[in-house]
Amino acid sequence: MSSLKLHFNVPGDDFTRAGEASGSVKKTLKDLGFNPEVVRKTVIALYEAEINLVIHAGGGEIDVEISPQCIDMVLTDKGPGIPDVELAMKEGYSTAPDNVRSLGFGAGMGLPNIKKYTDDMKIDSVVGEGTTMYLKVFTN
Amino acid sequence: MTVKTLIEKLNLKVIVEGDMDREITGGYCGDLLSWVMGRAQSGDCWFTVMGNINAIGVCVLADCSCIVLCENATLDDNAKERAEMQGVAILSSEENSYTLATKLGNLL
Repeated sequence: MSSLKLHFNVPGDDFTRAGEASGSVKKTLKDLGFNPEVVRKTVIALYEAEINLVIHAGGGEIDVEISPQCIDMVLTDKGPGIPDVELAMKEGYSTAPDNVRSLGFGAGMGLPNIKKYTDDMKIDSVVGEGTTMYLKVFTN
Repeated sequence: MTVKTLIEKLNLKVIVEGDMDREITGGYCGDLLSWVMGRAQSGDCWFTVMGNINAIGVCVLADCSCIVLCENATLDDNAKERAEMQGVAILSSEENSYTLATKLGNLL
C-alpha cells in the first residue's frame, strides 16, 4: 500500500468547526482498518494540535500522511509563535484567554497530551513568524 | 453494560439517542476538555456539565461510550445537532457527577 495524503485548512477562532480535520482523519483511519488504539492516539494528538491552531494561531494548515507503518502529521501556522517551548510543554501551563477557558479549553494539557499520545513530536517555532509541529504515530 | 441499561439503572433522561447498544467499560468525571481528552479511556461513560459542541468532539475522538450531563446542565443547540449527526448518546440527570459515578461503579 502506498501512502495516503490528506490536507486540511483550519480556520482561526471558529470553535464550532474545531475538530473537523481530526474527525475526518479518524473516519479515514477507521475505514482503512487501523487498530482502534492507534486511531485513538492519533486523533487525540491531532485534535489537541488542531485546537491550538484555532485558539492561538488564527488557524493554519494540517498535512497528514498515512502509511502502513506510521502516521505523520505536520501542522503549520503563521501565528505568534511559542516563546518558550519547554515551558509550554509543562502540564497546567496555559496562555489561553478567558473566553476559551469558559468553553472548557485552556487546561494546559494540550501539548502534554500530544507528547503522551505520539511516538515522536517536534516543534519549530519562531516568535512573530509561526510554528510548525511534526507528529508521528507508529502503527504497531 | 450497555448505554441502554445505564439509562434504566440510573434513571437518566435521553437528550440524544446515539448508540444505545454501545458497551460501557468505565467512567470518567471532568469538565476540562483537554484533561478529559488525555485521560478518559475508550468506552468510558463521561460525566460532565460541559454541553458545548467541543464536548461532542472530545467524546468522539476519545471514544467515550456516552456523555451524561450532570445536575441538569444544558446541551447547546449546535452540540445537539453534532451529537445526532455523529451518533453520540447524550443523557442527563439532576444528580451530580459524584453520585452518578458512584452508582455506575456499583454496576460495573
